[in-house]
Amino acid sequence: MSDLNTAMIERYRTNFLKEVEANVEEGEWVKMCMQCGVCSGSCPLGKFWAHPPQEIFMMIRAGKREEVLSSDSMWMCTSCYNCIVRCPRELPITHIMHGLASYAKRLGLVAANQPTAKFAQLFWNNLMKKGRVNELKLGLALYFMNGFGEGIKIALKKQKLGMNMMKTGRMNPMEILGGHAVKDLSGFQKVIQKAQELEDARIAKHGA
Amino acid sequence: MTEVVATNETILVVGGGISGMTAALEAAETGKQVVLVEKRPYLGGRVSQLYKYFPKLCFPTCGLEINQRRARMNPNLRVLTMAEVTGIKGDKGNYTATVKLSPRYVNGNCTACGDCEKAVSAEFDDEYNYGLGKRKGAYLPYRMAMPTQYVIDPRLIGTEEADKAKAACKYDAVDLEMQEETLDFPCGAVIWATGWQPYDAAKIQPYGYDRFPNVITSVEFERLADPQGPTGGKLVRPSDGKEAKKVAFIQCAGSRDRNHLLHCSRICCMASLKQCTYVADAWGAEAEVSVYYIDMRAIDRFEDFYAKVRGIEQVKFIKSKPASVVADKEGNPVVHGVDTEGYKRFADTFDLVVLAVGMEPSVDKDSFPVDIVLNREGFIEADPGNGGVFAAGCASDALDVNRAVQHATGAALRAIQVVNGAAGVEG
Repeated sequence: MSDLNTAMIERYRTNFLKEVEANVEEGEWVKMCMQCGVCSGSCPLGKFWAHPPQEIFMMIRAGKREEVLSSDSMWMCTSCYNCIVRCPRELPITHIMHGLASYAKRLGLVAANQPTAKFAQLFWNNLMKKGRVNELKLGLALYFMNGFGEGIKIALKKQKLGMNMMKTGRMNPMEILGGHAVKDLSGFQKVIQKAQELEDARIAKHGA
Repeated sequence: MTEVVATNETILVVGGGISGMTAALEAAETGKQVVLVEKRPYLGGRVSQLYKYFPKLCFPTCGLEINQRRARMNPNLRVLTMAEVTGIKGDKGNYTATVKLSPRYVNGNCTACGDCEKAVSAEFDDEYNYGLGKRKGAYLPYRMAMPTQYVIDPRLIGTEEADKAKAACKYDAVDLEMQEETLDFPCGAVIWATGWQPYDAAKIQPYGYDRFPNVITSVEFERLADPQGPTGGKLVRPSDGKEAKKVAFIQCAGSRDRNHLLHCSRICCMASLKQCTYVADAWGAEAEVSVYYIDMRAIDRFEDFYAKVRGIEQVKFIKSKPASVVADKEGNPVVHGVDTEGYKRFADTFDLVVLAVGMEPSVDKDSFPVDIVLNREGFIEADPGNGGVFAAGCASDALDVNRAVQHATGAALRAIQVVNGAAGVEG
């Protein structure tokens, strides 16, 4: 367990809802849920999750801190926005789910092999290098995410797709050599740096 | 030409539904001069389209009959049907109203014998049955219509059908030369009782009201249950006439939803509970009813009725706002969602799905012919800025019949105070 996690447990003790409101992006909306269940019913992947959004919101209110933050539910959200569109109280449900995922990661509570978390990290690392996603490198990183042997297997299986993409100019094999960057890479990095500062300040304000 | 005798001590009531009738009669019975303006060809409004009232399950025809008798007996009341208020000018105690009268093409000689109806063959969607059935081009709007006077549909005018209707009338009651008229008359106070309309269910896209014939609204279901309705009171579904034994009610269809109506429409829970009894009464042990709800709002004394319906074995309550309705190959509607008591997913197949649609004001926010203060839902606020214009019944809020009538009586008293002021009786 991370020190931060211990600190937050100490700080909020029995009130997990307050902790979510202060630390999770859009978390202040959680209390507005009236438990109608339309989000859970509308989620196209809902049956594959442990807890649909409405249940997660109830668990937050019930103080089930560990079950919520270690759940895989918020990692299963594909951002289809069906829930946001149908929510009778206009809760930004998708954003709350991503906020919970991000907070769980900050606290170090994400399972080591959580595939969505792993891929999200690969995507971020890839994006930060050149200010744009290098699809060739990202694709390969995804193939080899779970080891060399499996990577080779997937790569061979997807060979035809790769060839077709190259033929139609959708992928450039030269991108493997560094790849091209956005026009103003240092400007991009400044933007990210500023965003990080704002985020750090926000987190510091709430003590986490 | 239609003449209306009125002064600035006259009270104008806009809308002849249960609220407008009540307000008009209460005021007229105290001796005030009242002009009642109704857009439809008859009085009674949406109450006339109900089969039973909740919670007593008695018939609205009973109360309507009493009100019709009161209206006939009262010399102070002037009723204008097929009439719409298009403008109100002036101030409290001194208004001028402009009213547009649409031609009925039938005059006061009509005895409602029905010969004109038999003579014509053209049929149109029956508004009284929310389009579930057809009516002739010459018609009595419904069995108990007041005035008891036929109407010729304007779409018949200029056709041979209209001439047939005229030829069939033994009483010289059909007048095809009738023209639209505009009247101006004074009044001291106005009671605005334009009521409600069902929320447009087609806007609730996931429930497929516009796509599946076996998804209907609660007001339509009310017509199906009525022995005077399009199916003679048999609960059959629109697509193929199959008996509707397995019925789902979806609550809050449009209400309490920031994508649709912001407010709770108050009546829909009770209306669905009432309609549960229709299904149970019609099919007995074979009935299977499911009510999908967020929370049941059976306020104060209605709690007993809720408990009674809960006790009906064939009626099941599922705490869930369904996510969507789809149709299977046989045209049966399938309701999808998650039961929030236990988070269980369901996909339940029914014969018929009834959407408990909400109430919205029948006059659009932007088309009031008079300056008036509205709340964010479009209902009329009780505001001093409204001068001598007072809302009655559902023009002021989503109300059931009982509360609408109480509210209308209150509005009558306010209007009486204004015209008394105009007459110099009061300050």
